[in-house]
Amino acid sequence: MDIFNKVVDYEVVKKLFFDEMKLLYSGFGGVGTPPSLIDCLIESGVKEVNLIGNDAGFPWIGIGKFIVLKRAKSLIASHIGSNPIAGELMHEGKLKVEFSPQGILNERIRAGGVGLNGILTDVGKGTILAENKTVVKIDNKEFLFESPLTGDVGIVHAAKADTFGNLTFNKTARNNNPIIAMAGKTTIVEADEIVAMGQLDPEEVVVPGIYVNYLVPSGGINWKWIWEIPDKRSQKEHPLK
Amino acid sequence: MGDTRQKIAKRASLEIADGMIVNLGIGIPSLIPDLLDSSTKVLFQSENGILGFGPTPKENPDGALGNAAGYPVSIVDGGSYFDSAIAFGMIRSGRIDMAILGALQVSENGDLANWIVPGKRVPGVGGAMELAYGTKNLIALMQHCEKDGKPKIVRKCTLPITAFNCVKKIITEMAVFQITEAQLSLEEIMAGYTLKDIENHTEAEFTNSLQLKEHNQ
Repeated sequence: MDIFNKVVDYEVVKKLFFDEMKLLYSGFGGVGTPPSLIDCLIESGVKEVNLIGNDAGFPWIGIGKFIVLKRAKSLIASHIGSNPIAGELMHEGKLKVEFSPQGILNERIRAGGVGLNGILTDVGKGTILAENKTVVKIDNKEFLFESPLTGDVGIVHAAKADTFGNLTFNKTARNNNPIIAMAGKTTIVEADEIVAMGQLDPEEVVVPGIYVNYLVPSGGINWKWIWEIPDKRSQKEHPLK
Repeated sequence: MGDTRQKIAKRASLEIADGMIVNLGIGIPSLIPDLLDSSTKVLFQSENGILGFGPTPKENPDGALGNAAGYPVSIVDGGSYFDSAIAFGMIRSGRIDMAILGALQVSENGDLANWIVPGKRVPGVGGAMELAYGTKNLIALMQHCEKDGKPKIVRKCTLPITAFNCVKKIITEMAVFQITEAQLSLEEIMAGYTLKDIENHTEAEFTNSLQLKEHNQ
């Protein structure tokens, strides 16, 4: 593999997904989730996937498109409210959901990505999210130990990439992408634009290419946002059907 | 109900003063930027990684520029983008002056429950625990009662707690309450309601600052 040209096609990427993998996915309510990689994940046919990401997307947006197919076994996230089907699967016992406070979840993934063995915090102390967590006492203060998170595979959406994998992002579609990019054993990036090395200003690079293993060109957003749908209440319905 | 939400959000917008950094939760709080007096000099922060977002754009909404609820916003002069870990670093370390969050229940000593109704609704905790942890001034917005009429301002929360002793003010369509040193006090009665209405629909014990104020005059 040429580390200075990581661009591959989707057939190569499809084979990187496997049953029961831990998959880190980026995005916040689908914003910043790589649309073509989600389709590729679905087409790969993998099942029993253990998901780690901010939220469950919407049933027709982002990771939500995969979750509604019932091929995820577990989900570590901060929020699933925008995907009622994820909530149903959780209540039916078909999807094991672990909630983590959003910023702590980011730090757990960051810890995993930067070679640290976890974090200590008192966020969530005394709540049901603290149950079964190890308590560490330092200077007579109690903290929760929050374990680090890594993925077998991480999928990321960038605005621009050079062929080494240096990345820039688009406004709030950056969200947790830089964190997710660091924490996968294999990191796959879908980029809206791929340029030659030297074409990105080093000052604008947000994620250095050292974290990136594969690059694919984006097919663009292929879902309708919640605010583009006239009847926002019918969240369970696929708006394009 | 739409009107009630707008009314609560409008009242909450009056809490925002020049020079503040404010985080808005999803639900009723996300209506605030569109209702805020446009001369107010404020920077809205959001967990997804933006400091300085403005009202809903009138034209050409951008799918890559949204608030925490995923709805399009604009960016104001002096705004910035950053990743979510940095966004929460700001929140936990106390850089946010005010957070305005939706709530399911608030207790008389300021405990907040706003993320799960076990067995029924599971929206998820999102960033609420950290906003409650790090923000100096936390305001909870909610309808005064549940749909079946059950009070949401309670003696003790029956729903799982998001964070303890964190709410400083509660704004509903009926009233505004202040919580100081774990004591709930009624500060304002909203138009169209009486003290009796509030007493009948509030489980928590509260002192009446309105009467005290009158008495002192």
